[in-house]
Amino acid sequence: MRQYMPGCFTWIKADPMGIRIVPADAWIDPARPVARALVTHGHADHARGGHGQTVATAETLAIMGVRYGVAEGALSAPYHEPISIGGGVLATFLPAGHVLGSAQILLEHAGERVIVTGDYKRSSDPTCQPFAVTSCDLFITEATFGLPVFRHPPIGTEITKLLDARASNPDRCVLVGAYALGKAQRIIAELRAAGWHEPIYLHGAMEPMCRLYESLGIPLGDLRSIAGVPKTELAGAIVICPPSALTDRWSRRLPDPLTAMASGWMGVRQRVRQRGVELPLVISDHADWNELTTTIADVNPAETWITHGREDALLRWCELHQRKARALALTGYDDEDD
Amino acid sequence: MERFAALLDALLLTPSRNGKLELIARYLRESPDPDRGWALAALTSAVDFPAIKAGTVRTLMASRVDPVLWTLSRDFVGDTAETASLLWPEPEQPQKDPPPTLGEVVDILSQSTRGSAPIVLAGLLDRLDAQGRYALIKFATGALRIGISARLAKVAFAQAFAVPVDEVEEYWHGQQPPYSDLFAWAAGSAPPPRTDLLPLFRPFMLAHPLEKETIDLADYVAEWKWDGIRVQLVHVGGQTRVYSRGGDDISASFPEIAGALHLPAVLDGELLIRGSAQGGEAGGAASFNALQQRLGRKAVSKTLLAEAPAFVRLYDLLILNGEDLRELPWSQRRTRLEELLPHLDPARFDLSRTIDAKDMDALAEIRAGARDAAIEGVMLKHRQSPYVAGRRTGLWYKWKREPLLIDCVLMYAQRGSGKRSSFYSDFTFGCWNGDPDAGAELLPVGKAYFGFTDEELRFLDRHVRQHTVAKYGPVRETDRSLVFEVAFDSVHLSKRHKSGVAMRFPRIHRIRQDKPAHEADRLETLRAMVT
Repeated sequence: MRQYMPGCFTWIKADPMGIRIVPADAWIDPARPVARALVTHGHADHARGGHGQTVATAETLAIMGVRYGVAEGALSAPYHEPISIGGGVLATFLPAGHVLGSAQILLEHAGERVIVTGDYKRSSDPTCQPFAVTSCDLFITEATFGLPVFRHPPIGTEITKLLDARASNPDRCVLVGAYALGKAQRIIAELRAAGWHEPIYLHGAMEPMCRLYESLGIPLGDLRSIAGVPKTELAGAIVICPPSALTDRWSRRLPDPLTAMASGWMGVRQRVRQRGVELPLVISDHADWNELTTTIADVNPAETWITHGREDALLRWCELHQRKARALALTGYDDEDD
Repeated sequence: MERFAALLDALLLTPSRNGKLELIARYLRESPDPDRGWALAALTSAVDFPAIKAGTVRTLMASRVDPVLWTLSRDFVGDTAETASLLWPEPEQPQKDPPPTLGEVVDILSQSTRGSAPIVLAGLLDRLDAQGRYALIKFATGALRIGISARLAKVAFAQAFAVPVDEVEEYWHGQQPPYSDLFAWAAGSAPPPRTDLLPLFRPFMLAHPLEKETIDLADYVAEWKWDGIRVQLVHVGGQTRVYSRGGDDISASFPEIAGALHLPAVLDGELLIRGSAQGGEAGGAASFNALQQRLGRKAVSKTLLAEAPAFVRLYDLLILNGEDLRELPWSQRRTRLEELLPHLDPARFDLSRTIDAKDMDALAEIRAGARDAAIEGVMLKHRQSPYVAGRRTGLWYKWKREPLLIDCVLMYAQRGSGKRSSFYSDFTFGCWNGDPDAGAELLPVGKAYFGFTDEELRFLDRHVRQHTVAKYGPVRETDRSLVFEVAFDSVHLSKRHKSGVAMRFPRIHRIRQDKPAHEADRLETLRAMVT
């Protein structure tokens, strides 16, 4: 463990609106438009439009382009290449393994190294580069699934459940609710890897992001828009839609859909019941408890700050393992659908 | 255990009654003995390991998991068994023993003591995955709470083996888990279990509400519908049992009744408390409220026995001296009952007298004039009716008194406000949208937050907390096991409600702990009352 010196990290401020890099007058994932924003990944609660300048990976900028239109003055940050952001601060974007283009941001200033993870996971994902373990003094981590009850199973077992449910209900279609960015493409890629090469049908809201993934070099196989497809053709098919569409009137066009929800919250029965789905799939793009704690141990920082999620339990874990830690009260992040 | 664990989770995710029945039926058909018998026992809350309590699980977890992490996790998950199943630290070495079968779990747990229980449970948990651990803890602590009634399990059993559910009900009582004889009979490989040597419950004959049917009093006899609880008394081989409407043995709550029958007979009647709320010619009975304090007790004090003595007003005679009279017409059974009466203790038994009326108009007048708190209305029984289980069209009718009353099932409860803010005091209840044994669902028909006493409110609050199957903010969904008799002024058609009807001034008239949920009223009954 690096030697901790009191009074460090004064150049990093945790503000309810986001993380502020004081000497560079820049923010990470700010909740409101600012002059300069470093954005970890393209999910709407982290990447908002309207900043004066956005610094992000090329993939994240492309995702933001689909959502908000192309922003003026965007600065593309390749992985592993330090960028000077002013005020004597170097920023390096490192793969976070969360979704395509997602990054941890390593900040170096006054001899101190600080990593802001954004959202991340450690388990495998064919649609994005794996999390790069990097040493630092201060590790600012997410904690969306920061409770020891969250142990996400290997995605292979969940994909098998999905394919089994489809096979045993030949007259129905399997309707999978999944986040439009990242989760949907990961499931499609995993289905392809598991040997499912039939067309996969998409709700209209899923299409732009899937097309973008393909244009960025992530092959997703035969994808079709569901619009106008007759019911009879959909028996035995797999359809992917946003979670909100599962119970929407939209789903009435499908032949007796078997509803599935792909989310890390599906590991808890009460959440499954609230969703009212028949097939819970425990698939998350966030680190589970073991990944969160293993990562802190791997990175081995002098100090850990916990940004959002269930920080109490992770704080307690740090205390039990004699690690200095504090919880930040950041608002505006919403991972209910993950 | 894995198959049982998968069944529990599948039941949890299957909202429709038919889907649940099919899942249970398939499990019962395809699983081996004795596992399926133990699963059935678990579904009907007939499993009890005295050495294992909810506290056993908490104690065990406290020795394995940091208490702060446990509390944070428990608060999030909302269920002790599930939290423990998820938090259980899996053994680092692969287990030499395979996952246990239910039968093996029963053998191991029933040999454990309070002291050894945590270690024994830990050994079993080590052999299971998270889903199996959840099922094991639920099974071991005897609290499934997955919204499956014993009745539903019995219907599923009947469906699994294509046997009549009434026969299942009749043979069920007297059998012990894992019900090997019952399975052997249902599968056709053995005769039915003998029922004549044991004090067994026989399914009650029930009445349809009288609506527009034309009744000729030459064919039907009229009788008061007394406002107590319906009971069945069974005496065989020196033992007497008092059974409630749902087939629960309530002998311990009414020892003076259980001790008063010495003839080998099966009797049907209304259990009442002596009182002066009304003056029947064979001694007065108190209103239903007086009976409330006697219900649900495991033991009764001498004081209570003296203050609120019980007696039974007899309606029918099913079996006498080993002779099954149920096939005989009502008039013949009635004669036999009247002949039997002098042989019974008059302090504990009297006869529900018939009402003389020349026609239905005269009867309506008599019924309207009966302002007696112990009279609920009038029963009309066909003089030729055999005694058959359940409700059979055209045989028995109940003609209840004003106000309008309907039996509903508690579905949701919400916290009240002000001094009731810590109580679940706002109740949403529903009626069946068809035959509950044929796949009907409960649809909410109204909401009420008064009509009960403070003591009843405490009971209701406790019931809600102990029978919660899901929580939605301030609202809890219950396992739909409690029946309310709801009184209301009128009912109107409404497009705003899924049930299509809205009640005016509904209130909880009475809590029917004695009535099983599947016997609550149907929506059509409510619709027929629309004005």
